[in-house]
Amino acid sequence: MSGPVMDAAGDGGALGDLVRRSSIVVCTGSGGVGKTTTAAVLALEGARQGRRTVVVTIDPAKRLADALGLEGLSDTPSAIAGDWPGELSALMLDTKSTFDGLIAKYAGSPDQAEAILANRFYRNISSALSGTQEYMAMEKLYELHEEHDFDLVVVDTPPTRNALDFLDAPRNITRLLDHKLFRLLMAPTRGIVKALNVAAQAFLHTVSRVVGGEAIDDAMTFFHAFEGMEQGFRDRAQRVLELLSDEGTAFVLVASPRRDTVEEAGYFAERLGEADIAVRALIVNRMHPRFGTETATAARERATTLAGTDLGDLYTNLADFALVASREEDHLRGLAAKVAPAPVVRVPFLATDVHDLDGLAAIGTHVFAAADAAPSA
Amino acid sequence: MDPAQFLTESRVVIVAGKGGVGKTTVTAALARTAALAGLTTLVVEVEGKSGLATLYGQPQFAYDEVVLSPGGPQGAADVLARTVTPDEALLEYLGDHGLNRISRRLVTSGALDVVATAVPGIRDILVLGKVKSLSREERIDLVVLDAPAAGHAITFLGSARGLVDAVKVGPINTQAQDVLDLLTDPALCRVLLVTLPEETPVNELIETAYNLEDQVGVSLGPVVVNGVYPDLAGIGADPVAAARQAGAALRPGEAGHLADAAAFRRERAQLQAEQMARLAADLPLPQLALPFQFSADLGPADLAVLADSVRDGIAGLPEPDPASTPSTAPADDPATEAAS
Repeated sequence: MSGPVMDAAGDGGALGDLVRRSSIVVCTGSGGVGKTTTAAVLALEGARQGRRTVVVTIDPAKRLADALGLEGLSDTPSAIAGDWPGELSALMLDTKSTFDGLIAKYAGSPDQAEAILANRFYRNISSALSGTQEYMAMEKLYELHEEHDFDLVVVDTPPTRNALDFLDAPRNITRLLDHKLFRLLMAPTRGIVKALNVAAQAFLHTVSRVVGGEAIDDAMTFFHAFEGMEQGFRDRAQRVLELLSDEGTAFVLVASPRRDTVEEAGYFAERLGEADIAVRALIVNRMHPRFGTETATAARERATTLAGTDLGDLYTNLADFALVASREEDHLRGLAAKVAPAPVVRVPFLATDVHDLDGLAAIGTHVFAAADAAPSA
Repeated sequence: MDPAQFLTESRVVIVAGKGGVGKTTVTAALARTAALAGLTTLVVEVEGKSGLATLYGQPQFAYDEVVLSPGGPQGAADVLARTVTPDEALLEYLGDHGLNRISRRLVTSGALDVVATAVPGIRDILVLGKVKSLSREERIDLVVLDAPAAGHAITFLGSARGLVDAVKVGPINTQAQDVLDLLTDPALCRVLLVTLPEETPVNELIETAYNLEDQVGVSLGPVVVNGVYPDLAGIGADPVAAARQAGAALRPGEAGHLADAAAFRRERAQLQAEQMARLAADLPLPQLALPFQFSADLGPADLAVLADSVRDGIAGLPEPDPASTPSTAPADDPATEAAS
């Protein structure tokens, strides 16, 4: 349907280049802005360019599965059949099984791995500790990049308010492992620590009065079982972070033009900047169309004069869309400056939701043709 | 249905929905409607940094309660707001349990992370426990909770049931049971789910609604459908014919722009109507439609429009069936009628 149109666009503009040159693309932005769909659109372009591409999605609503016409995505890459020179695979992040795989990899023995996997505190870490999902998304990305033979890995980030927690997530985990309290308890026989240890024990006893002794016992067992694995974890977390700041990794900021989501996107851009990571492109979904060049004020005046007539309603409608379109451009201006020189791609509000490859291709015509389009005055 | 009556059916209203559906906007509008109906309303936020304060044209607030909009001479009451964070709620909880001495250290040493990991869901029940205690304060008629956008409402609201099952004794069990009592008593608490009139958000809302009823046992209020294009009667007309009828002249090219804009709105309005019909068919809950705000800016002026829509929407809701409503409040209390 829309395929030939996109092919006619030639090299696909700035975003086509980005997909061609990157080995990893991370789509980030706040919830509900179309990150998952955007990730799928970029991955599809990778396959069309002849690359071996995989897209990792996180959203539990399995929207990507809908968009790709898959019944359900598993957490190992499954190939999608389609008419493109490259390959397209998709998978759904399973936080727990990814974490389990990591434990198995770094455990000194199968027994150690088993002891950890069976521990309740560990099961809580792998499902409930904040930041774990973000961490595992990046771990999966690393694994796909290093250990599988993909040219391009496109990853969606979790739809949390702090979607950039993955930058801190490896640190969060190691911080937990490094926790002073448990360091003290792990070293019961060292002279000077012993006195402190008594205080720590008393403290822990008080805590257990609140949360229950079982929970604390589980935690203690976990920290004992984990002994010796911290370094492997820390090193790998470091390599993941290095990969994220690698030249071949491109961060794409996805936003919608509403003021609140633009503000959040600006915050993401700043956070990435602090981590020395540049935003390579800004994709703004759900832009309202603009009809003609008349200002909202002028159209509104006409509507007021013509109030009560059909023509008055037609002008009201024109004024409504002129207003929303100009406000959206106002909101975007500051954000575009913040991510400069990254190209800004505007994807219009589409008449229907995307639930198949044709729908993704239709969005692709905007993403890969309209890059660098100047905002309308 | 009378707005004040509707809004006092429960002490707590939890507004939930996925990111991007306008949950905070709905929270703000609902609180404004309640205040205009004479109810002192406290908005509780759990994440901070939302657009709520901006909607009211106020600076960002935190753990200390602020007045977002003071009551007025026409019988309007205050809209109050505050944030409740798990850390602060835990400090208070420990203080209440005679553990003041260790509470500060628990937070500063980072041991809270360990505790929260050892007992997942503890953050949720601490926050909800605090909300419950706020709702007991006599000066407050209604608490509106803007539920976290991250993850599913099911996780946030399901923690209490999970903990009641997982931790059989001790203070955590007591707290979880207390929160569960709040969540499952329709006279204390209702959940309002928010969606956009679009395919994917509607699908997610339907799934969430059934899960919340089955797994948590909460009582669901009307579904709020946010961002519905307001009706505009004349947009079906041909611009040229409409101009002739109005005796007005169009500039060159203008007829095309007017026609395109009208066609776009009609098409989207049609899609929205289809999604709302599907929602009504799949989920037997009344719907409250809030109009799309074309200003895309959402400040106090938009809030006033939205609050009016909430009021009108509530007025159009069916009267509760006294046989099926366990609410203890008399449905046709003449005093309530007079107060409105």
